Amino acid sequence: MNAVLLEARAIAKHFGGVKALTDVSLTIRQGEIYGLIGPNGAGKTTFFNVLTGLYHPDGGDLLFAGEKLEASAPHKVAKRGIARTFQNIRLFGNMTAMENVMVGRHARTHAGVLGAVMHDRRTTAEEAAIRRRAEELLHYVNIADRADDLARHLSYGDQRRLEIARALATDPKLLALDEPAAGMNGTETAGLRELIEGIRRDGITVLLIEHDVKLVMGLCDRVAVLDYGQKICEDVPAVVQKDPKVIEAYLGGSVA
Amino acid sequence: MMARQSLFERLRHDKRAAIAATVLMGLALAVFPFVIGSSLGNSWLRIIDFAMLYIMLALGLNIVVGFAGLLDMGYIAFYAVGAYLYALLASPHFGLHLPVWLIIPAGAALAGLFGALLGAPTLRLRGDYLAIVTLGFGEIVRIFMNNLNAPINITNGPQGISGIDPIHLGGITLAKPLTFLGYAIPSLHAYYYLFLALALLIVFVTIRLENSRIGRAWVAIREDEIAAKACGINTRNIKLLAFTMGASFGGVAGGLFAGFQGFVSPESFNLMESVMVLCMVVLGGMGNIPGVILGGILLTILPEVFRHGAGPLQIAVFGKILLDPEALRMLLFGLALVVVMLYRPAGLWPSTTRRREFRGESATDVLKEGE
Repeated sequence: MNAVLLEARAIAKHFGGVKALTDVSLTIRQGEIYGLIGPNGAGKTTFFNVLTGLYHPDGGDLLFAGEKLEASAPHKVAKRGIARTFQNIRLFGNMTAMENVMVGRHARTHAGVLGAVMHDRRTTAEEAAIRRRAEELLHYVNIADRADDLARHLSYGDQRRLEIARALATDPKLLALDEPAAGMNGTETAGLRELIEGIRRDGITVLLIEHDVKLVMGLCDRVAVLDYGQKICEDVPAVVQKDPKVIEAYLGGSVA
Repeated sequence: MMARQSLFERLRHDKRAAIAATVLMGLALAVFPFVIGSSLGNSWLRIIDFAMLYIMLALGLNIVVGFAGLLDMGYIAFYAVGAYLYALLASPHFGLHLPVWLIIPAGAALAGLFGALLGAPTLRLRGDYLAIVTLGFGEIVRIFMNNLNAPINITNGPQGISGIDPIHLGGITLAKPLTFLGYAIPSLHAYYYLFLALALLIVFVTIRLENSRIGRAWVAIREDEIAAKACGINTRNIKLLAFTMGASFGGVAGGLFAGFQGFVSPESFNLMESVMVLCMVVLGGMGNIPGVILGGILLTILPEVFRHGAGPLQIAVFGKILLDPEALRMLLFGLALVVVMLYRPAGLWPSTTRRREFRGESATDVLKEGE
C-alpha cells in the first residue's frame, strides 16, 4: 500500500448556522485517483476550498505529505504542491492560453523586479524555461493549436483542459479537480478520462469531485461520499455503490 | 490596421529594419524641440516638456490600473510627494540645497513608500470601493500639504514653496542656456532632453516588467484574484508591488516638476489632476504602453490646442469672439472624451489582445483575415 499523501482530520466548517462540513476525515494515498461524491450541497466544494486555503476551517486539520497545511493561505498551499481547478471555470479570460499556463509557473519561479528589469542571465533562462514548460503542458492537454487565443475564446471543453494545464504548471503532488466533466458530452468526457489517467501515470495523485457517477466509478481507486456535510462512506467503488446509506442519500430514504 | 500590425511584425523579425527605425526615431526626437521651438515658440515647448511628465505619470498609473486592475483615483498624491520632497530639500525654505541625483531617487523611494501605505489597508477592496478610498487618500495628501504650515512650518501651506533650485547635474544648471560644441541649447530644450531620457527609462522598465513573471501576475490578479492565488501568487505582495512601482514613477515625475517649475503649491495636486492622468490611461488604451504614451501626449496637448486655437478660429469664421476660449476648452475636451469612448471603447491604441476582447473575435479569425 502506498504512503499517505493527504490526511484530513475531523474537518469542520460552518457558515453561520449552516454546518457545511462536520467531522470529515479522509485519507488520500500517493498515486491514487480519489473520488469525492455526494448530492448537491453536500459540502464537496467547501471541502476543496478548505483544502486549498480559500476557507479557514472551524475545526480539524490537514496533513499533507506528513506536514500540517497552513490554513487560509492559498498561495502557500499551491507552493506545497496542491493545485486545483474550479467548478465554474476560473481562467484569466483576457490572457492567451499560453499566458494562463505561464502564470501557473509563478509558484516555481523566482524572478523579482530587479531581475525582470535587468534581464540577467538567470532571469532570461528562467523565462525561457517557463515558456518551454507551458508549451509542453499545452501539448500535454492537447490544445497546443490554441496557444495564442484568448482563454475566453476557447471552447468549453478546451477551457477545462486549459485549467488543468495551468494547475499542472504548478508542479503539484496532488491535483484537485472540481467537477471537470460538468457540461461535457460523451466524447469529451472520454477524452478527459484519458487525460486524468495519464496524469496519474505521471505520478500525480488526483482528487476528483464529480457528478458523473459512471466516470467516478470507472476511474477512481477509492471514493468517499459526503451527505449534509458528513462523510457517510469511504471505500472502493464496488462497495460504495452497494452501500445502503449512499443509496439512501442519492435516492431518498424510506418514509419513516 | 493590418498594415500597422505587419509593420510591427517586420520590425520584430528584421533586425536591420528595427535598428533603422530606432535611429530615425531617435533623430526625430532629438531635433523635435528645435522644430517646435522655432515654429511654435517657447510656450509650446513648455507644453511638450509637461507632456513628458504626464507620460511618466500615465505609465506609473498604468501599472496599477492597467496591469493590476486596481482603480486608483488619488494617484496625483505620489506626484505631490515627489514634488514636495524636491521643494523641501532644494530651496531656500529650509536652506537645503541637496543635489538632484540624490533627491529624485529619494522622491521615487518616498513615493513608493506612500504607495505601499495606500496599498496596505486597501488590499481587500476592488473597483468602486477602492476608487473611493484612493480618492480620499489623494485628498488627504493635498490637504496635509495645505495645512502643514502650523505649528511648525513644513510645507508653507497654501502659499506653496517658491524659489526652488532648478535641476542641475554635475555643475551644469538647466535653468540657463547650455553651450554644447559651440551651439547654444536653450533651457527648455535641455529640460526636454532630460525628461525624454527619464521617460524612456520608465518606458523601458515598464516593458520589461510587463513581459515578466511579475507583469503576468499583475494581469492575473486583474483577471481573477482567486484563481491567481490558486496559482501560487502571493496576491498581497504582488498588489503592494504594483502600488509601490506605480507610485515611484509618480515620485520621479513630481521631483522633475518641482525643479522645472521652481514653485509648488497644493493646488497643483487636486482631484482634477488625478482624473486627468486616469483619463490618459483609459483613453490611450489601458494596459498597452504605446497607447498610454499616446494618451499622455494627446491629453496634455489637446486642451492647449483648444485654448490657443479657439480664439483665432472664431475670429476667422465669425469675425469676433462669440465664446470664451477658456470655457470652450473644457467643453471641447469633454466632447472629445465622449466621442473617443463611444467609438473606441478599448482606447485609442489598445493592445492586440484587448482589441480582440472588445470585438469578441479570436486570434485564429485575425489570422484568416490576414491571409
